[in-house]
Amino acid sequence: MKPTHTIWLLVALLFILHQDFWLWSDRTLVFGFMPVGLLYHAGFSVAAALVWLLAVKFAWPKTIEDWATDEKRDE
Amino acid sequence: MTPVLVVGIYLLLLLGLGVLCSRFFRGTSADFFVASRSIGPFVLLMSVFGTTMTAFALVGSTGKAYVAGIGTYGLMASWSGLIHSAIFFLVGIKLWALGKRYGYMTQCQFFRDRFESSNLGYVLFPMLVALVVPYLLIGIMGAGAVLEGVTGAKGAKPAAFPELFASNNGAVPPWLTGLVISLVVLAYVFLAGVRGAAWANTFQTLVFMATGIVAFALIADALGGLKAASQAVETNAPQHLAREGKIGRWHFFSYLFIPLSVGMFPHLFQNWLTARSAKSFRLTVVAHPLFIMIVWVPCVLIGIWAAGIPLGVPVEKQNVVLGVMVRKLLDNPWLTGLLTAGILAAIMSSLDSQFMCIGTMFTKDIVVHAVGEKRFTDKQLLWLGRGFVIAIVAVTYTISLFAEGKGIFPLAVWCFSGFGALFPIVLAAVYWRRATKAGVYAALVVTAGVWFYFFRASGYGGEYLLLTDLFAENKAHPDHPTEGIMPVAVMFAACAATLVVVSLMTRPPSEQTIHKFFPRALEGVPTN
Repeated sequence: MKPTHTIWLLVALLFILHQDFWLWSDRTLVFGFMPVGLLYHAGFSVAAALVWLLAVKFAWPKTIEDWATDEKRDE
Repeated sequence: MTPVLVVGIYLLLLLGLGVLCSRFFRGTSADFFVASRSIGPFVLLMSVFGTTMTAFALVGSTGKAYVAGIGTYGLMASWSGLIHSAIFFLVGIKLWALGKRYGYMTQCQFFRDRFESSNLGYVLFPMLVALVVPYLLIGIMGAGAVLEGVTGAKGAKPAAFPELFASNNGAVPPWLTGLVISLVVLAYVFLAGVRGAAWANTFQTLVFMATGIVAFALIADALGGLKAASQAVETNAPQHLAREGKIGRWHFFSYLFIPLSVGMFPHLFQNWLTARSAKSFRLTVVAHPLFIMIVWVPCVLIGIWAAGIPLGVPVEKQNVVLGVMVRKLLDNPWLTGLLTAGILAAIMSSLDSQFMCIGTMFTKDIVVHAVGEKRFTDKQLLWLGRGFVIAIVAVTYTISLFAEGKGIFPLAVWCFSGFGALFPIVLAAVYWRRATKAGVYAALVVTAGVWFYFFRASGYGGEYLLLTDLFAENKAHPDHPTEGIMPVAVMFAACAATLVVVSLMTRPPSEQTIHKFFPRALEGVPTN
């Protein structure tokens, strides 16, 4: 599987994981102060950043820069 | 008095930054409108983040969590972190490349070319402006609400200005706050254009992020520590610790269409065009979800802690919760002033880009498009842009004086819904060559009709969910349903379906347009 496809699968997985139905009624306070539902979604934000880091590293549009600045070549 | 002094010092610093930035201003219209496309990664990140986070991020999130509990973060922040970055990566970079190559400065210029229709701009322009103006009002009214909350009387504490503002119970009146911040934003935008807004946004974003963290730490300390603050919620408002009974599953899911609005924000489009290179986007794409987390987690916790005190603020006044928490719990007026300045920073970092973008649109999409670019010298274009920025600030401020009485959050949702519903148009413009002029016109008309139908059904600006009768959990409180579908989901579907069906039924764009907007260099972005 190409790295690009893996990244888009991870993005799709994030969309599914956002629906935290298993935490629907969980009122646990993690570390005594952090509601588990809030901690889960804070972790989700970190996971999203990591997936976009992979996207920037492995799925970057390499030719776009040259095309945008090259007026000599509408190639 | 001291908090107002701190806010005054902060605003003077901002003006000083505007004057400093004006020394780097190149005096051209291109520098005024798109900073000569020279903004690097860090300033782009701060500018884009500051623009997307408005009063809504600090004031709205705290108020919403006070009412709806911790589900507020999943509903708004974690969806946004994922979807905003997706749009920056998949749409923003492409639009930057097209804008740089063909010299676009506004959304309408791009859409006019892509869909081969000069008149499309005249249809799109009023729709975009009509959706941005409420967004501007949210900022101005939010600022007024915050300063009023901070300077007003609370319990045994007297108001800050019992004699000067006796008619407003001693609190700074919203009209004055709105006037001052409008003038400050106008000053640095007038002096240095988009570059001034980008620099100011960088400073203001740092200030409001630090402010959120400081407020969180100080309020937690005032409540006896993190554990004591959260355990009070467990005792007094346990329902705030989970989504059950607060935010329904379909409501939670269908909210994903709201963050799509960033793809159609004209002020964000203009921000993207300021980037020096495509690589400037990398930091923004990766750091945006983390920045959202840094701002929103503390605010959501403050909101549920307010419910656990309990604070006693009525639900319909949820937007004053953060201001009241700061004033009630923190005795130090200097800290109160610093926190107030931070909240204003969040608001003003959005206002500047919005004022700037509407001024640019009036200049480029209406006057220059109608009269012709060659009729103006570059100097005249620059002053035309400045004139329109002054006009839009004056008009918006005047409207804000008559718009009191509606909560800022419900206004925000309808504004975002309109932009989110139009997202299929920008997505099709850069990814679907078969999208046609007729398809876009039909999609705009249908989306506007569906938006207005739901807006009217909501009572012109209230929170509103669809199909609420189908869900049993609403029967206990039919006046305040927690489960249902966000109207934006239906608007989005109507826009997408109309665009696809009408495009397939009409003549495709010319080969010349296809070659112009779908060159091989842009195919398959992102590439491997």
